[in-house]
Amino acid sequence: MKVLVCISQTPDTTAKIAFTDGNTQFNKDGVTYIMNPTDEWYALVRAIEVKEQAGGSVTVVNVGTADNDPIIRKALAIGADDAVRIDCDPKDAYEVAAQIAEYAKAEGFDIVFTGKETIDYNGFTVGGMLAELMDLPYISMATHMSLEGNTATIDREIEGGQEKAQVDTPFLISANKGLAEQRIPNMRGIMMSKRKPLKVVAAADIAALSTISSYELPPQRSSVTLVDPENPAELIRLLHEEAKVI
Amino acid sequence: MSVLVYIDHAGGKLKKAALEATTYASKVAQKTGGEVTAIALGSIDEGALAALGAYGATKVLKAGESHFDNFDAGAYTKAIAKAVEQTAAQVVIFTHNSSGKSLAPRVSARLKAGMVAGAIDVPNTDGGFSVRKSVFSGKAFADYQIHTDVKVISLNPNSIPVEKGDGSAAVASFDSGVSAADFRIKVLERSTSTDSIPLPEAELVVSAGRGLKGPENWGMIDELAAELNAATACSRPVSDVGWRPHHEHVGQTGITVRPNLYIAIGISGAIQHLAGVNNSKVIVVINKDSEAPFFKAADYGIVGDAFDVVPKLIDAVKAFKAQA
Ligand SMILES: Cc1cc2nc3c(=O)[nH]c(=O)nc-3n(C[C@H](O)[C@H](O)[C@H](O)COP(=O)(O)OP(=O)(O)OC[C@H]3O[C@@H](n4cnc5c(N)ncnc54)[C@H](O)[C@@H]3O)c2cc1C
Repeated sequence: MKVLVCISQTPDTTAKIAFTDGNTQFNKDGVTYIMNPTDEWYALVRAIEVKEQAGGSVTVVNVGTADNDPIIRKALAIGADDAVRIDCDPKDAYEVAAQIAEYAKAEGFDIVFTGKETIDYNGFTVGGMLAELMDLPYISMATHMSLEGNTATIDREIEGGQEKAQVDTPFLISANKGLAEQRIPNMRGIMMSKRKPLKVVAAADIAALSTISSYELPPQRSSVTLVDPENPAELIRLLHEEAKVI
Repeated sequence: MSVLVYIDHAGGKLKKAALEATTYASKVAQKTGGEVTAIALGSIDEGALAALGAYGATKVLKAGESHFDNFDAGAYTKAIAKAVEQTAAQVVIFTHNSSGKSLAPRVSARLKAGMVAGAIDVPNTDGGFSVRKSVFSGKAFADYQIHTDVKVISLNPNSIPVEKGDGSAAVASFDSGVSAADFRIKVLERSTSTDSIPLPEAELVVSAGRGLKGPENWGMIDELAAELNAATACSRPVSDVGWRPHHEHVGQTGITVRPNLYIAIGISGAIQHLAGVNNSKVIVVINKDSEAPFFKAADYGIVGDAFDVVPKLIDAVKAFKAQA
């Protein structure tokens, strides 16, 4: 199996979210970056398991500038074989998907993995867009996958339940919790990752279809009203009469 | 602008999400001067679809072939793209739920139409077309400007209230041009629990964390939720150890919810948990530690032991319902 995993760089989950230039730019000062959690914990690890089961190779692809190299090296340390970075600073999900499609179209991947969503722009979009641009069947939010020959049986999350579906390679799958167990890179992986190929390719001429014009922080909540633990009826009264939510 | 809205349905019934999406579509059409056409794929009867007229749709296109009862985002996308062309739609609306999350990006890429995923408000059309959504898992909002003629929006559940008026929509059968051969995914089974409320759509949520000590103690959480007609949720460690199913995990790496009321019981309020819930309208925290960070993000709080407080709270809800 020839497998591709799309990985994104996101601010660390504890990063302070602030903006500059009149709330038009994300303030990167002091922010540490990580590999997007669903990409790392589920998509990448499940891809490596496919290789362990069926042989083949795992390539990771990232659309980004050179400051994304640390997370790409981490993916190599966890067990990917090689990496491609498409060199640009994308403005929207379409630009990311279209750049990956340009590169991946001719490569003949059997399975393409993405995470279900990134924790910064929360789109759930790159996977679906990429599937359309590569004309692949798309199973989103997968929580389990088994593979027999070229046929995968996949569980995916739907509202209030589960769906079980079958698809033949090539296909695209977006990874949700449950698909795999997080792996921590070991010393040998980290050493080897330094020698694994990371190819930087020039970006194709693709424009974003949307851009962010401004950001805003949510309003602060006023301070908490405490209710006597012996008198929860008072809480119900407040929720009914003051907050009007029940 | 002419607006097309995708109608999500299950078990022959319209989902609440479909009514929200149609209400939203009608607001966009009113704002930009145009009509709303709805599109429904698969088995659902025409009476149910005609009812969309009361929410603002003038016309409903229906492709009812049985192959559409098997969800395949690729095949669905072909049908929807053809409907966009046929109705000359300039705005295409989905719900940001499991089917919408699969379809909207595919439709966007197929039509090279700019998209906003998870919109929380009607577009601002002063000098452009901009749509607001949550970013950084609820820690901020962003306004996205869409630059293409055709625009795709997926609407976050619970973002706008359903508005019902009068009227009925004309249902027309739609030749989607999609055949069984376009389906490359075979759905083997679908299991949804009909008694519980899907978490992303719920208006009230009762959530519990590691403070509950073990899965055997969830009876009172389920009971409180049932009394309030609320959905249940949990913190990440609780689903990691299997006390509760993964789909209940809320937060930065789980799902983001924005109900009217979020009750957090025995949850400390770590930043990654808050990220997924802090856009809830009202937050109630029950925690035995008065220093728990969650109190700083709460509107109402009870400092106390969940095992004492929750049973009393259940009684209080029962009393409230009896008197209402
Ligand atoms: C990259 C990353 C991503 C993460 N993503 C998420 C996420 O999406 N969602 C998420 O929830 N977490 C996430 N976490 C984990 C998060 O940091 C916290 O560890 C987690 O939310 C804590 O869960 P908890 O509040 O249930 O447990 P704890 O932190 O153990 O808190 C339990 C609370 O219960 C209270 N308590 C104990 N006994 C009682 C009692 N009898 N009555 C009342 N109160 C009691 C305690 O005072 C305490 O406040 C993430 C962490 C990382 C590093």
